[in-house]
Amino acid sequence: MRVAYSFVLCCLLALSLPARALDAEVVRKFAFGESDEQVAAVAALVAEGDAQASALLQALADGQLQTSGKQVLIVKGEQGIDAMTGQKVDPLPAEREDVNANNRLRRELATALAALKLISPDRMVRLAAAKELSGGAEDAMLPLLKKALAKETDPEIKPMLEIIQAALELKSTDHATRLGAIRILGLSNNSNAKTLLLSVLEKTPDGKYIETDEEVYVEAQKSLRAVEGRLAWGDRIGVLFSGVSLGSILLLAALGLAITYGLMGVINMAHGELIMIGAYTTYVIQNLFKAHAPGLFDWYLLVAVPGAFLAAGLVGIALERTVIRFLYGRPLETLLATWGISLFLIQLVRTIFGAQNVQVENPAWMSGGIEVFTNVVLPYSRIAIIFFAALVLVLVWLMLTRTRLGLFVRGVTQNRMMASCVGVRTPRVDMLAFGLGSGIAGLAGCALSQIGNVGPDLGQSYIVDSFMVVVLGGVGQLAGTVYAGLGLGLLNKILEGWSGAVLAKIAILVFIIIFIQKRPQGLFALKGRVTES
Amino acid sequence: MGLSHKITRLYGAKGWAVIFAFMVVVLVVFPLLNLVVPKDSVFYLSDYFVALAGKIMCYAMVALAMDLIWGYTGILSLGHGLFFALGGYAMGMYLMRSIGLDGVYHSPLPDFMVFLDWKAYPWYWAGTSSFWYCALLVVLVPGLLAFAFGFFAFRSRIKGVYFSIITQALTFAFMLLFFRNDTGFGGNNGFTDFKRILDFPIATSETRMALFVITGLTLMATLLLARYLVQSKFGRVLTAIRDAESRVMFSGYNPLWYKLFIWTLSAVICGIAGALYVPQVGIINPSEMSPANSIEIAIWVAVGGRGTLVGALLGAGIVNGAKSWFTVAFPEYWLFFLGLLFIAVTLFMPKGVMGLVDQIKARRA
Repeated sequence: MRVAYSFVLCCLLALSLPARALDAEVVRKFAFGESDEQVAAVAALVAEGDAQASALLQALADGQLQTSGKQVLIVKGEQGIDAMTGQKVDPLPAEREDVNANNRLRRELATALAALKLISPDRMVRLAAAKELSGGAEDAMLPLLKKALAKETDPEIKPMLEIIQAALELKSTDHATRLGAIRILGLSNNSNAKTLLLSVLEKTPDGKYIETDEEVYVEAQKSLRAVEGRLAWGDRIGVLFSGVSLGSILLLAALGLAITYGLMGVINMAHGELIMIGAYTTYVIQNLFKAHAPGLFDWYLLVAVPGAFLAAGLVGIALERTVIRFLYGRPLETLLATWGISLFLIQLVRTIFGAQNVQVENPAWMSGGIEVFTNVVLPYSRIAIIFFAALVLVLVWLMLTRTRLGLFVRGVTQNRMMASCVGVRTPRVDMLAFGLGSGIAGLAGCALSQIGNVGPDLGQSYIVDSFMVVVLGGVGQLAGTVYAGLGLGLLNKILEGWSGAVLAKIAILVFIIIFIQKRPQGLFALKGRVTES
Repeated sequence: MGLSHKITRLYGAKGWAVIFAFMVVVLVVFPLLNLVVPKDSVFYLSDYFVALAGKIMCYAMVALAMDLIWGYTGILSLGHGLFFALGGYAMGMYLMRSIGLDGVYHSPLPDFMVFLDWKAYPWYWAGTSSFWYCALLVVLVPGLLAFAFGFFAFRSRIKGVYFSIITQALTFAFMLLFFRNDTGFGGNNGFTDFKRILDFPIATSETRMALFVITGLTLMATLLLARYLVQSKFGRVLTAIRDAESRVMFSGYNPLWYKLFIWTLSAVICGIAGALYVPQVGIINPSEMSPANSIEIAIWVAVGGRGTLVGALLGAGIVNGAKSWFTVAFPEYWLFFLGLLFIAVTLFMPKGVMGLVDQIKARRA
């Protein structure tokens, strides 16, 4: 951490050159003075409160402060800076002496540095300082902390400082101060606050509170309940979010299948492998960008998304032309043949790219996330996938309901013979619809590559899930697929909280098996007088 | 008409001759070549080959079970690997118990339980030190599971692809369950390192040969039972259900019980095959329950020819023979071959090898 701070400070220093000079007398006392004089100089530098002063303090703390004659130098490797003027010193004088700091001075320095960082104009520096102090602040910092808190307006940093302050005040001997601190902790939504309050409520082995002040622990209990209530909301939001995220992934994986299976009635067991092809296409395009246009790397997805759609779609059309069209109306045979295709594709990818997982990097804008509470972070990549799934859904829906191809697809689904009679070229519609379904699988693969491993077996893990979504949602319906995908995602995550991931998954599968017994047509059955073949 | 008469009528003279020849091979030729012929002779059959042939015969039993339910009744199960594995696990429990104190940790508990720091067997392991109780489990566990699952599925008239997919979900769910260490079946390592069966050391040539012979006899018994069933009136109803289920219903039959019976029987046959498989192969783990394994069973039957019991036997032999050759000679091409086999059989050989045989016969006539 310290190195990181020094780095940040160096950057600041570099930015502020040429800077106004520090008070030469203070610097001289700081470098050459007796212990008492040095401590006084530290206080003076803190009062100065700018980047140059903190760079000087930091240099001493890091053992980079040297003197040569009357000059005071900050030396980093072969580069030296005059501490008074802030000017570069080149070449460095040959004879230099280290300035040493004793323990007392070091303590003063640490406090001073942290405090200086808390009032730094750079938000990131303040945030980093606050984070470090969250780990444990010292009583001596309390006055500085109060000063910083009075100035602080940032919504992220301010609550952190309040907790740090409260943690310090808890140790105080003054009854009112402690009560105040506990009340402040009660307003927090930080898990550190919970830990602090729990420490107040610790009990002796025979069940009595260690804390003797009754008013304090009653107040602490109240505050703890409040904090826990808020943290529970954070957990709930976390579960809800990961449920929606999983649901949107299931939806993406199943949406293509909803077209090929749901609308066309083709059991495509190679659907998972089309997802895998989409993911590998993303991988290849990412590599091309890395090799030929590293500057545009953040935008490679703009090419990868249509690329994955096209690659998977074309493979799908090729499969439809060569194998699947000969098997229309024979679902069990289609199932076996497409399973064969999936084995073939897996081995093909293994032969080309190797059996190991490949690395797909997120663009920079996708890393990180929104911190809702201290215990819940929503990653940008997952948020992006939720929006992506929604976008794909809307496009598919528009495609099916607003375009000529969509009209034909629905027509052929409802009555193939009649559609053919009125002049729809059904084989061509079959081919395009299958290509569309496959292309959407490719999109799913592109999305999945951003959050998980990409390997030859990627598709296998989604094929059972996607069929479950389509079957549960009801064949021939997009709406059913949406509800089933999101519903299963949420249910899965909620159950996971109770029973762990594997048991949750098993429970879901058992639930679907039972559900299908009750409603063989799925959630949303097409109404009609359709008899079996 | 007595039972013996009914049995002799199952096959014609040629069929019985083939069965007799097979029995001679299993009961006489294999034991002679493996146990009596000296090891340096060209006629010596290695233990590896005996184990391989035994393994393929277990698969052939599964293929027969699959043919009964898919070839004759038209229900494609993608979960037969589950019943096979459950039978194997039931036998495996006995084999684990009979390791005794000879495990790595010299504990009365199996090594994996010692590893999990368990102090006692969980309740469902009770009684598994008895061979006969485990033999009962081999039949009961797959049988009851299949009965319960089939009862609800067939009662709600789930059929066709829907049924296939939920059987796949079933075996997938069980695979996940058995992969958990806390389920108490050894997690992803499953059961292995068996030492003895019925107090005979399990790794000797004699014990292996005994298991091989038992497997051969069981396979033949299964074939005759299946033949008896499909030739009976019961079998005719099954075929009718496959071809036009509603008409069968309208003729006054309730397909539920027919389907349920053959489904449960098929699962039990798989369980027995699994129980014979485990001591010969020496390991059982949850990957046997993977959806891929179950769907491979279907391709054995499809390669041989659906609805012809002999075809199932042939298919299991051909595909598994090819697999053991390929995975040694060109391991990276096996999946290509298997994938193409799936496609080619469904596109060009809908009646499998038996269909080709019939075509050749018809051309000669």
